[in-house]
Amino acid sequence: MHFGMMAEEDVSGGVTGYIKHHLTHLTVDPGHGAFWAFHLDSIVFTLVISFIFILVLSIAARRATSGVPGKLQAAIEILMEFVDGMVKDTYHGSNKFIAPLAITIFCIVFLENFMDILPVDALPAAAKLFGVEHLRTVATADLNTTVGMALGVFLLIQWVGITHKGIGTFAGEWFTAPFHAHSTVLKILLAPINFAFRIIEEVVRPLSLSMRLFGNMYAGELIFLLIACFTLGAALNHVSTYVLGIAQFGAGVVWTVFHYLIITLQAFIFMVLTIVYVGISAEKH
Amino acid sequence: MNLAITLVIQGVVFFLVAWGVMKFTWPALMTAIETRQKKITAGLAAAGQSQKDLEEAEARSKDILREARDRAAQIVDQAGKRSNEIVEEAKGTASSEAQRLVAQAHEEVARETTRAREGLSREVGKLAVEGASRLLGREIDPKTHAELLDKLAAEVARG
Repeated sequence: MHFGMMAEEDVSGGVTGYIKHHLTHLTVDPGHGAFWAFHLDSIVFTLVISFIFILVLSIAARRATSGVPGKLQAAIEILMEFVDGMVKDTYHGSNKFIAPLAITIFCIVFLENFMDILPVDALPAAAKLFGVEHLRTVATADLNTTVGMALGVFLLIQWVGITHKGIGTFAGEWFTAPFHAHSTVLKILLAPINFAFRIIEEVVRPLSLSMRLFGNMYAGELIFLLIACFTLGAALNHVSTYVLGIAQFGAGVVWTVFHYLIITLQAFIFMVLTIVYVGISAEKH
Repeated sequence: MNLAITLVIQGVVFFLVAWGVMKFTWPALMTAIETRQKKITAGLAAAGQSQKDLEEAEARSKDILREARDRAAQIVDQAGKRSNEIVEEAKGTASSEAQRLVAQAHEEVARETTRAREGLSREVGKLAVEGASRLLGREIDPKTHAELLDKLAAEVARG
């Protein structure tokens, strides 16, 4: 088991080296092949964020009163009612898991995205003090995280489809939708086409869900890194350092403000699409 | 960037958290919300009901007030009438009493006059007898001359 570097990393100085270094995960390889090498940073940050989320929600739930709510309870209730209303509008089944899942998606994805707002070098530099060479703080900028969630959503969609329509109808839909036919011959002819469409549909959903979030967060992180490069290795006795320093500050502020919008929007989109997919899956064609 | 075991771990962690939320926190908070909503609904209904009650009570109090005012006016009216009656009655009693007293006085006066006259006539009779006896020089027996004396007395009394 060894900490740190991945095979493709090429330790060199300058902007390229800085960015490459920042985009390398803290990978732990137990030595059973590439598949078992896991990204410790993504997992740890996800666990910490999940813990915080659960903690805050538990405190609110423990203190929950049907009388006058406190500020924390009021805030969480606003979010819950919003999500619950959205789920009720879109999904007409009785699955009790959908609304809690939606709020979990929104909160956890938002908090994971929020790590992007922290200065890009802060946590990695702190980690370095403890001898940790690589650290990526934004778990949603790790394709593993987004694909993991998207695959979970994919499985949930199938499960909802099966439980709401029964396995027979559910399986039948793979061959009878979106193109319907009345004659047997046409039905047989259309079956493979429908099946192909269905496959594409099912593959595209988790793919777009995970890629959208990952792409946005990865790009956001990269832009923060590029902004940080303005004064990379700068010396205090250079005029350019001060000019670029001001530019870096300005760019950093602008991108941070804009990124707040993106991280909220992406968390929201992930949640809404999950609800919509589940809703569609529960409806009979 | 490699898709590997991290994916599975992240997915599992994520769904475990969602499951925990569904199992523990969601119901507690949702129950609180729903209970509060019921309370608010009931409170609003109660407020509406009491508003209606208040209006009814106001209308009723107005009725009662009007009734009381009417009744008071009636009582004042009656009292006025009754006092008039009493005054009239008193007036009647007083005048009849006065008449009675006057009549009595008249009677008394008449009686006194009669008595005085009688007394006087008796006195005159006695004086007359005495005078006559003195004139005649002898005793007149009032018994023998009773008839004469009485006539005299009656004459005096009449005069």
